Amino acid sequence: MKSAWEILVVDDEEIMRESLAAWLREDGYEVETACSGREALDKARAKEYAIYFVDLKMPGGMDGIETMMEIRRLHAEASIIIITAFATVDTAITAMKEGAQEYIVKPCNPAEISMLVNRIIKVKNLQRENAILRKKLSRQYSFHDIISKNPKMLEIFDLIKEIASLRSTVLIHGGSGTGKELIARAIHNSGNRADKPFIGVSCAALAETLLESELFGHEKGSFTGADQRKKGKFELADGGTIFLDEIGDISPKLQLDLLRVLQERSFYRVGGSEEVQVDVRVIAASHVDLRQAVQEGKFRDDLYYRLNVITIYIPPLSERREDIPLLARHFIERLSHELAKEVVDLSENALKLLLEYDWPGNVRELENAIERAIVTCRSKILTEEDFNFLQRSIEDKKGWTVPTHLSLDELERQVITATLQRTQGNIKEAAAVLDIDRSTLYERIKRYGIQRERLVEK
Amino acid sequence: MSVNRIYLASMGHLDADILEDLEEALTMHFGFETRRHPPIAEPEHAYDPQRRQFSAVAFLQQAVEHCPPEAVKMLTITERDLFIPMLSFVYGQAQLGGKVAVVSLAQLRQEFYGFPSDGDLLRERALKEMSHEMGHTFGLIHCPERLCIMSLSTNIRHIDLKGSEFCGGCRAVLRENTAVTRAGGSEVLAWEERL
Repeated sequence: MKSAWEILVVDDEEIMRESLAAWLREDGYEVETACSGREALDKARAKEYAIYFVDLKMPGGMDGIETMMEIRRLHAEASIIIITAFATVDTAITAMKEGAQEYIVKPCNPAEISMLVNRIIKVKNLQRENAILRKKLSRQYSFHDIISKNPKMLEIFDLIKEIASLRSTVLIHGGSGTGKELIARAIHNSGNRADKPFIGVSCAALAETLLESELFGHEKGSFTGADQRKKGKFELADGGTIFLDEIGDISPKLQLDLLRVLQERSFYRVGGSEEVQVDVRVIAASHVDLRQAVQEGKFRDDLYYRLNVITIYIPPLSERREDIPLLARHFIERLSHELAKEVVDLSENALKLLLEYDWPGNVRELENAIERAIVTCRSKILTEEDFNFLQRSIEDKKGWTVPTHLSLDELERQVITATLQRTQGNIKEAAAVLDIDRSTLYERIKRYGIQRERLVEK
Repeated sequence: MSVNRIYLASMGHLDADILEDLEEALTMHFGFETRRHPPIAEPEHAYDPQRRQFSAVAFLQQAVEHCPPEAVKMLTITERDLFIPMLSFVYGQAQLGGKVAVVSLAQLRQEFYGFPSDGDLLRERALKEMSHEMGHTFGLIHCPERLCIMSLSTNIRHIDLKGSEFCGGCRAVLRENTAVTRAGGSEVLAWEERL
């Protein structure tokens, strides 16, 4: 539908901009005009137009190319058509290099301009349709807030549905940030305990005594500060599910207590003598390999077997890269609302960058990266520049190959140069990374003729 | 008080004797009484010697100045080859949802393309272009239906290929907008009012 699209015509000559605007209006577009680059920017700040017609030669300090560059800063994917009466190859090349989508010489044939506008609008319509379909697809690949189209993850979704209403203990393995708690919640919410409590406990966050009290509760006067009886998480979760995150970090004593709860379905509050019976489903998670911890004697084997009735392994994000676009767009949609910033998508280059990155912190790191990019971005589309903080890591990684054709001196020069680049020329930091003292680093910089200023600029 | 009348005028000298046909077609298509207006002089300074064409905007402006206050619409016809600064030519120009329109016969003539004169073909093309531009004054925009009179024609071949009637959708909008015009409302865009 044409009328959904707005066009901005920027030209200092009134007759030029208004006659073009009138002609485009006859074609059904909403058209606004601006008589200078500055006015165009004010309008572009207020809203995004489908097409910007910008005259190359405009007085008042801001010509068409500058106007175009500023508009592009606001709207990275803007379709800008540069208009000029001076058909020189140079200006055409400059305009295209700086990001003009098209370049037209006035006066042009009505068919030419009509085809140009139709072509751009057709692409815009397809992009819009694509966004709608992507949203639909994202919903299709969404399972209780977990988004994936990875075959292994889809198997997990199926497994969750199968085991949701069982009482069996579940052990979730997965790296930090893979979404272990989300999986636990999905199990809880898919089963017959969904209307009962889901209680999460991070076992790594608390000291042993505190954790014991946290899990099992305590009686009044059982320890200093225990001025009243307090219910533990197991009691609070009665009828529902308790999620014990980072279970590999608990002490041998707590391992024993936990084993007892799993076997007897009952426990004693700290300082108490009354046995408390509970009906709780236990879902435990660990980022460390519990089997190995058992072999090393750090984790009780009987507890491990009690926990390991149903095991779910969540692959790291680097093993399910096909989910990166889905997740990135899901986070953009959610976080742009939360942060009250109008960001609608990310550019192809930005997506390429996200796909190249290794995501050691998994989905949580991706979410944080999207949030950081949204906070700092200046347009509706996240560009690769908005992810510069990731790019440095990629470049660092790409730069690491074992050289076999260099002298030791050359190798040392390259290592020092690369380290200084990474530290933005900071000597203290570079010396720390290289594990040499500052005076040695200064001496090597001098010896190899490394110019720090240039490194900083890069 | 609105008398619901469309005025038809030549602007400058007309070689073709087609005003009578246009007058009849205007009444038929838009359902208003059509009255001939005395010929209007071409606007001064409309000629661009570099382009060897005439400014369509200046012609529209001239039509606005001569449009009788009681007219609901006014259509002017010229032999001059018209342009707007951005485009190499226009077959006509209208105020979208406004009062006046201008149609140029220059590029509707077979002679323009090096063929012998053809009065019937010129009349047929002029009728289509007249309906198209008048459609704009009644608020119609270009229609994606290629046979509809409101489809955008950027070459003479398309004018010949498209039909001489409004499609169902455009006809419905036209019916509604002509009723509004009859009731006395005629919205003119801000810039066009300044013409």
